[in-house]
Amino acid sequence: MNEHAPALVAMLPIIGAILIMLIRHNHLNWLIALLSGFGTMYYSIILYLDARSMETISYAMGGWEPPVGIEYRIDEFNALLIALISIMSFLILIYAKSSLSNELKKNKISTFYSMYLLCLGGLIGILSTGDAFNAFVFLEISSLATYVIISMGGDRRGLLAAYQYLIVGTIGATLYVIGVGLIFIITGSLNLYDISVKLGDVELYRPLLASLAFITVGIALKIALFPLHAWLPNAYAFAPSVGTAFLASTATKVAIYLLIKYLYLVYGFDLVYSNQIFIFVVLSLSVLAMFGASVIAIFQSNLKKLFAYSSVAQIGYITLGIGIANYNGLIGSTVHIINHSIIKAAIFLAIGCLVFSSKIVNIDQLAGLGKKMPMVAVCITISSLSLIGVPGTVGFISKWYLVLGSLEQGWWVVVFALAVSSILALIYVGRIIELIWFHAPVSSIVSENKIPFEMIAVTVLMTIATIYFGIDTRLTGDLAKIAVENVLLGEQL
Amino acid sequence: MSFEIYHFITSYNYYIIIFLMISGLFIVVSKGNMVKKLVGLALFQTSVYILYISPGKIVGGTAPILADGYTIYSSPFPHVLILTAIVVGIATLSLGLSLVIRINEEFETIEEDELFNNELNDE
Amino acid sequence: MRLDLLLRISSKIFLPFIILFAFYVQFHGDFGPGGGFQAGVIFAAGVILYTIIFGVKKAQKDFPEKIFNFMVPLGVLIFTVTGLISLSKGYNFLDYDALAHYPKHGQHIGIIAIELGVFVTVIGSMVSIFYAFVGRGKK
Repeated sequence: MNEHAPALVAMLPIIGAILIMLIRHNHLNWLIALLSGFGTMYYSIILYLDARSMETISYAMGGWEPPVGIEYRIDEFNALLIALISIMSFLILIYAKSSLSNELKKNKISTFYSMYLLCLGGLIGILSTGDAFNAFVFLEISSLATYVIISMGGDRRGLLAAYQYLIVGTIGATLYVIGVGLIFIITGSLNLYDISVKLGDVELYRPLLASLAFITVGIALKIALFPLHAWLPNAYAFAPSVGTAFLASTATKVAIYLLIKYLYLVYGFDLVYSNQIFIFVVLSLSVLAMFGASVIAIFQSNLKKLFAYSSVAQIGYITLGIGIANYNGLIGSTVHIINHSIIKAAIFLAIGCLVFSSKIVNIDQLAGLGKKMPMVAVCITISSLSLIGVPGTVGFISKWYLVLGSLEQGWWVVVFALAVSSILALIYVGRIIELIWFHAPVSSIVSENKIPFEMIAVTVLMTIATIYFGIDTRLTGDLAKIAVENVLLGEQL
Repeated sequence: MSFEIYHFITSYNYYIIIFLMISGLFIVVSKGNMVKKLVGLALFQTSVYILYISPGKIVGGTAPILADGYTIYSSPFPHVLILTAIVVGIATLSLGLSLVIRINEEFETIEEDELFNNELNDE
Repeated sequence: MRLDLLLRISSKIFLPFIILFAFYVQFHGDFGPGGGFQAGVIFAAGVILYTIIFGVKKAQKDFPEKIFNFMVPLGVLIFTVTGLISLSKGYNFLDYDALAHYPKHGQHIGIIAIELGVFVTVIGSMVSIFYAFVGRGKK
């Protein structure tokens, strides 16, 4: 079955989602979700190993050869991300059971698992497909599942957040389809590889640029790039804790991959980066995201919202690497996709533990947490420190590569911006750390429930990962290097 | 008639598409009523359907069903894509409407100005 | 009852034909225009017509909501199982050639199975959406 891994990684979660919807059993649903999550993880790792040993895996869906049929095209870069998100979502699934039974009504849990798996299947589909329109369909599958996940949070404001995201997300996806439509009219093909070959002979420069603009803006809405980020903080704040951790660690990363794929593999380095305005826009928006979102985060009182704004800022780092567009900058982006996914999962899972034990939602309630729940407090502290980029944590590694990349380009302003945004991050993280460790406990906050072992275990595991990958970069850094060298910059190097 | 003017007139389908697209987006941006916003969104999506389908029509071509006596067929490919896009549009619209119904039940209003000012930005 | 006798009788006459037409479109789908999506929508339109004429209560008694909710994942299951059968025979996912000895025959069976899955899901989701909306409100 291993040669069918490209189809299986996208289909196993969807099959799991269908089975959960069909059976709707209160105990079996978690088991089915776990099984299909495990299967996805297993095949995603096999897929990555295959992608490393072979050149590029091309899988023809339904036996129709590309470019006519839908092709699933796996290289070292997207296989890495598929492995990343399927591992993350499997770990979050282990955590999910107790957290969900605490936060959701009993009859909604099956739907949640089903939507979770559907979203996972959609995200993996976006990563693995080599067909522009198929990517849109998967984008919508994952987005629709996301809207449902956000609306399930129990807080009635979650409905507003879901509605807001639905409008913005649909506009984004539709803009993306318009861009794809323009490419389709120009080249007559939907296969991304085929398009990239055919675009070489295209003389119509303006429609090409228009399609680039449509696709970039459409995906930027999904990424939540700075001025288009309005949906993200509310969505993260009011989704169930498990949903937040899942979305924060996977969904935006996948959209970023789609953008990278279009910029580097479809339009090609030469077309995109000969366009000075494009680089200027991407760079300035990234820097604005790093500043603006960090400043807004400082003034937040809702814990999840604070880290949601910090996500917007961190997304700025990733797009900054795309804008820098040299070897080190791209490695910085790729490593930060992995690292940020781990950091945000750790943080939101730890917050999920707090919600589980004592319904903490605001920052003031954190006071004295270090004495009451030392384990969770340590997790939050360490993972927040790695958001700043303290040496010895994963955040440092990604910033290091980004600084190297911008120095190579001679952009001192960008280096300066990176430093300042780290200081801003220090301010909002510092507030939290101060409250946790140096304030007397608030007596009104009592822990009602004992946090189950598996929730703590997964949270601690993620936190250890943020330190481990900060010291030993063989796994994340080297895999990112391979991905960037072989896939993105294959022709430039 | 020069080639450019001819081209300008015969690509009228694109003007219809652009008109629909802009009016859809305008409704989404300008209206505060959540249902009206969804109507605008549907209009916006519909314009994309036409964007795909209209270039698929070949002048003089018939429906893409094999039959004797016909050699030119319109491209069936955009239709297949748009069938998928329509399904996606239905799913989005119905999910959006059901969210609006739930919002109406919880907040007893569907005017965005009141909701977002009072609820989401209170912190 | 009220004076909608004409509507009731005529819809009763029309309903079997609507359903029959849905099946015609469904089974004709692999040769000519038509297919699972269109057929499903026509079938669902029949149920929706019935609901409009006879009221939600009677419709939900005759066509229980649970069946339609169950049909949504069932159709997708038919779809994926077809794909998995191809996989189990060593072909690519959804490669219909695997379904019979002769590829042409296999394509035939495959498209019917897939369209059946689409048909079931579309009926289920259309009627479920409709029921979900009409069932709300008067509480």
